[in-house]
Amino acid sequence: MLETLQNLYLGFSVALSPAAFLYAVVGCVIGTIVGVLPGIGPLAGISLLLPASFGMDATSAIILLAGIYYGAMYGGSTTSILMRIPGEAASVMTCIDGYEMTRKGRAGPALAIAAVGSYIAGTVSVVGLMLLAPPLAAFALRFGPPEYTALLLLGLLVLAYMTGGSISKSLAMAALGLLLGMIGIDPMTGFFRFHYGIVELGDGIGVVPVAVGLFGLSEILLTAGQETPPKVMQPRLADLLPSREEWRDSTWPIARGTVLGFLIGIIPGSAHIIASFVSYAVERRVSKHPERFGQGAIEGVAGPESANNSATSGAFVPMLALGVPSGPIPAVMLAALMVHGISPGPLLIQQQPELFWGFIASMYIGNVVLLILNLPLVGLFVNILRVPYPLLYPAILVFCVLGVYAVNSSVVDVWIMIVMGALGYLLRKFDFETAPIVLGVVLAPMLEMSFRQSLAMSSGNYAIFIHRPIAVFMLGAGLFLVLLSLLPIFTRRVNWRRLLGLATNSDLEKEDNR
Amino acid sequence: MTSVRFGNKLTPMSKLSAMLTTDRISGTALALFALGVIWESRRLPLGTFRVPGPAYMPVLLALLLLIFGVLIALTGGRAERLASIRWTEWPHAVAILYICIFSTLALERLGYRLTILFGLVFLVKGVEKKGWLLTVLFALALSFGSFYLFYTLLRVPLPLGPWGI
Repeated sequence: MLETLQNLYLGFSVALSPAAFLYAVVGCVIGTIVGVLPGIGPLAGISLLLPASFGMDATSAIILLAGIYYGAMYGGSTTSILMRIPGEAASVMTCIDGYEMTRKGRAGPALAIAAVGSYIAGTVSVVGLMLLAPPLAAFALRFGPPEYTALLLLGLLVLAYMTGGSISKSLAMAALGLLLGMIGIDPMTGFFRFHYGIVELGDGIGVVPVAVGLFGLSEILLTAGQETPPKVMQPRLADLLPSREEWRDSTWPIARGTVLGFLIGIIPGSAHIIASFVSYAVERRVSKHPERFGQGAIEGVAGPESANNSATSGAFVPMLALGVPSGPIPAVMLAALMVHGISPGPLLIQQQPELFWGFIASMYIGNVVLLILNLPLVGLFVNILRVPYPLLYPAILVFCVLGVYAVNSSVVDVWIMIVMGALGYLLRKFDFETAPIVLGVVLAPMLEMSFRQSLAMSSGNYAIFIHRPIAVFMLGAGLFLVLLSLLPIFTRRVNWRRLLGLATNSDLEKEDNR
Repeated sequence: MTSVRFGNKLTPMSKLSAMLTTDRISGTALALFALGVIWESRRLPLGTFRVPGPAYMPVLLALLLLIFGVLIALTGGRAERLASIRWTEWPHAVAILYICIFSTLALERLGYRLTILFGLVFLVKGVEKKGWLLTVLFALALSFGSFYLFYTLLRVPLPLGPWGI
């Protein structure tokens, strides 16, 4: 414990240096704007700012990008509550009761509870990250290629299980992402796969053009032709204070959302999105008056908003301790660290204590900055939404092209973004989740390399995956999840995905009709 | 959704329309894509079960995609009908994609500033029907402003066009 406190002291000495502090504040401000703006989520925001971070040192770069990530979680609640437009996907659940509260004249308390819940969850989950990452990293030193293969497979299966909607569709998207990740030079034999004469594909498809295309461009394609957003309401500072009853009703949802969000954040997937869905479902289930949900229940704001912030810290645990991204956003941040010559993994905390602990300390500071930004200054950020969308989306489009081009100074990347944007548009029209594609693209080279290295180690004997205890445990957990998801097909018993609020309406109809 | 009936019978067209659900179409498309990948992988050595070659993983993944695609198509009878999807935003979507393609082709020929300037003028004036003054001011501010911010201040490399513009 004393060692942790000493390390944290080192971290604060890094994070409170003028440059690092400035980057934390700038990251939080950009993140809040990204969260407020519909059509540009944290993934697109981080991808766009990635080239700008190349000129910084690694610690400043990661502090800036992380600030954008959790800043977007704070900012996303503003549009959800005031306009019923989720600024980013994790705020979808906040729309339901947040906007109902606005209609009843309680927009101020909804915003205040969202900000306070986010602050508490953000701060508590950083403590979790601080305490959990170092022992996990020490444990991960026992990992070899078979364990990494099992971990990555488990990650993809958890993602498919936890993503809302059809499991077969999620797994199909993960397979599609992994296939796209196969493009490029095979590192073990040197064969150039699926290049069609394009030399730039040698290093494979980059995560930034795929992410910006699937999330940024496809969102613009879907929303640009729609009608003007509804009128923006601007709450006064004096209206922000929740009543005593609202504080009391929010306490446990914030606590539950914090714990749930952190745990979901650790496992792979679009953690912050899933966390908010699960938290909303849990709050509705444990409530004595579930009929209030959808009618302006403050628990429906407090729980999901705490959960999505907590999940952001949880998502950093496997990224920093194992070097394995738990979702598309940590994947882009991992890429940012690699650009600076740092390989995240079990040795990162030992070899780069200033980076790790500086990053942890900056998150404590960032959460305070965000609380200040999101309460008294909420009116200022709401003004951004007054920019007419016919001017807003061309500006976002410019940043998409600029951000993607600037990563490698390559127009091939911009072509990939366009193809992915059109693909994302069609997939979303056909009700597919696109997050597994991005994760698949990131994990494909790691998965293939660890799989083939495992077979090389065992002279082609697949039993290596069941002779190693950690690997067999993780593969067993993955198999258990697959069986759990298949269970409702064969029996009318408990559907865990339904309980967690992850089943689609058509799934529920099928089940009800059976 | 209404369907055309003669007496009590559905016409062949309306039968087809009822059969075409989003999941059936998307599942079939994914399965066809998977078959295409397997076909393309024939150029690479597959290796063996014990010593996988460069085509091993792509073929394995394509087979998985094929299975999921077929599964989606087979179980997609009760999904949303293709005809019920609204495509009201498609003119905007096509115009935006057109601008993206133009930008990609022009970026390294005209340079960042001119490409973005022309693209924005087309989008704001041509697609969104805004006034000329607003269009020109907005396009100039964003193209030159973003260049100054990223190229000059943040030192992000961006392409220059003729006469260094």
